[in-house]
Amino acid sequence: MNFFIVSIIKIVLVFAIFMTTLAYLQWVERKVLAHIQSRTGPLRVGPHGLMQPLADVFKLLTKEDLLPPYVNKFFYLLAPFIAVCLALISISIIPFGPEIEVGGTRTYMQISDVNVGILFILAISSISVYGVALAGWSSNNKYSLMGALRSSAQMISYELPLTLVIVCPLLLANHLSLRAISDSQAGYYLGFIPRWSIFQMPFPQIFGFLIFMVAAFAETNRLPFDLPEAENELVAGFHTEYSSMKFACFFMSEYANMVTITCVATLLFLGGWHPLFPAPYSNWVATAVLLFAAIACFFQAIRPARKRDRYTFPVFGIGFLILAALWAVPSFQTILVPIFWFAAKVAFLLFTYIWVRGTLPRFRYDQLMHFAWTFLFPCALLNLLLTALFVAVF
Amino acid sequence: MGHVPLSWYLVLSAILFALGVAGFVYRKSIITVFMSIELMLNAVNLSFVAFSYELRRIDGQIFSFFVMVVAAAEAAVGLAIILTIFKNRGTLQIDEVDSMKL
Amino acid sequence: MVDTILFIIFAIVAIVSGFNLVLQKQPIASALSLIGVMGSLAVLYLLLGAEFLAMAQMIVYGGAVMVLFVLVIMLLNAGREKSSAKSWFAQIAGLPLLLCLVALLGFLIRAILPPMRSVEFGSWVGGTAEHIGQLLFTTYLLPFEVISILILIAILGAVVLAQKELD
Repeated sequence: MNFFIVSIIKIVLVFAIFMTTLAYLQWVERKVLAHIQSRTGPLRVGPHGLMQPLADVFKLLTKEDLLPPYVNKFFYLLAPFIAVCLALISISIIPFGPEIEVGGTRTYMQISDVNVGILFILAISSISVYGVALAGWSSNNKYSLMGALRSSAQMISYELPLTLVIVCPLLLANHLSLRAISDSQAGYYLGFIPRWSIFQMPFPQIFGFLIFMVAAFAETNRLPFDLPEAENELVAGFHTEYSSMKFACFFMSEYANMVTITCVATLLFLGGWHPLFPAPYSNWVATAVLLFAAIACFFQAIRPARKRDRYTFPVFGIGFLILAALWAVPSFQTILVPIFWFAAKVAFLLFTYIWVRGTLPRFRYDQLMHFAWTFLFPCALLNLLLTALFVAVF
Repeated sequence: MGHVPLSWYLVLSAILFALGVAGFVYRKSIITVFMSIELMLNAVNLSFVAFSYELRRIDGQIFSFFVMVVAAAEAAVGLAIILTIFKNRGTLQIDEVDSMKL
Repeated sequence: MVDTILFIIFAIVAIVSGFNLVLQKQPIASALSLIGVMGSLAVLYLLLGAEFLAMAQMIVYGGAVMVLFVLVIMLLNAGREKSSAKSWFAQIAGLPLLLCLVALLGFLIRAILPPMRSVEFGSWVGGTAEHIGQLLFTTYLLPFEVISILILIAILGAVVLAQKELD
């Protein structure tokens, strides 16, 4: 029975944190994009627009649920459901930290450890094409169908380099379980270079990581590869006909896919929750970062850009101070430090996503396919062959 | 309620195979006929895996892996043929594709 | 207990999806039912301890073969199939013969095969990626190589066939 209780607690925790992350990721994206483009982004709802995700949820929930008369009703309603379910399911096997002990119960920081974890992720990502394809087909609309066809072709094409590149860290780790892969990257060369896959010695996986990220951008249909929903050619691509909650499902699945694939990138290439610095120093990095954030907040509060900032920034500063104190308690550190490193890496990759979106223009469709098949695919193949060679020789 | 007897798996496999046969002879759309073949292959795969469990040897699983791979190759070629048929004759009805030469 | 419940649920899903495949007139509905069959078979493979095969089933069948089917259906915009006249023999004898086939197979399984063990989830995990890989690259190396060449031929064939412009 103990197993069930622990599992339920873990599921509730992970689900709550995951959903909050998804909601606030959108806020972060709007803010970062705005600052890249010299705007301020959402400001009205709550301090610094922090209540904006909540407002968005209410807006989407209360909008009219439109069902166009010409759609294929069953598949039209099924598609967003498939998309969101498949997007949310992968998080269940992502490990966030090592084995921990809370109140005498030893457990993994992971909902469940699957032996064939990485294959499970690949399987889920490969069948998530159906959500998009069905949405486009059942909408009975040229733009939707074009968007769906483009997106399916794109996802299938980019899955090849993605899979080939995933094989390389598997060769280094000799395991398919995400936990084992991450654990095989523990330790340091010469006492300070972490043994993450991108630094691992026979053949560092830096190219592999870059290829993975490019393919991941395409897999999640993000700019510069967001051809399926290119709004100036296709209105909104496969979700042209969707409104209110059904649109929110697609929206949420896109962000969930982003989070999942960055988690996978972290686990495969960036060493999961293993810190950048050796043990005694890495425990204090979180505290230092949070302290710095608190100081920055207080500094901003001294000369506020807007009148309201004089009150909001000190509140944020105190919040950061409390967090910093929490990360400094030695008995919490065994649990919190791995989570900090994992979250920091995922957050960095997510920031890269938004950064790229704010920087690069969209590809043309033929360029996209050309890039996948004539450049990315041979590169991934070469990377795999070299890795295999080095693993075999050394 | 103890554990599931292995013969249930085999019976399930037989039922799925029979459904595949029924679809193969009953349907008129080339694509559905093709899908029925896939269903039959899947049913046989289930038998392979069940026998592999019974004998405690994974050779059965290897065979079913090969079946999968061949099915993938077959699907690629078969669907290309279906595309060509549709291009040339403009129909997917299997009984309208009855002449060797146009 | 959990084994039995899982088996019953997914066996029912598989059979219902199989019936749906045969009875639906809309090709895309048939394709989705086939995906349902494949998904539930993947779960049954897991119950039988073939974890690698279960995932391969989802990746190869669910993610590659069926995506091809769905794409072709979307591309050709295959609508409802027209029902056309069936022969009198099929109309009269079709269903009974089918039931005979199932009954015969069931009888053979019951009568001829020796008593078999019952399936207990986790009692035997033989199908890990490690075991499959080991066997694939030792005993079954030649078939493995031959099958990769077969796939290469299939790819070329598909490209040539789909590209060819007849008249």
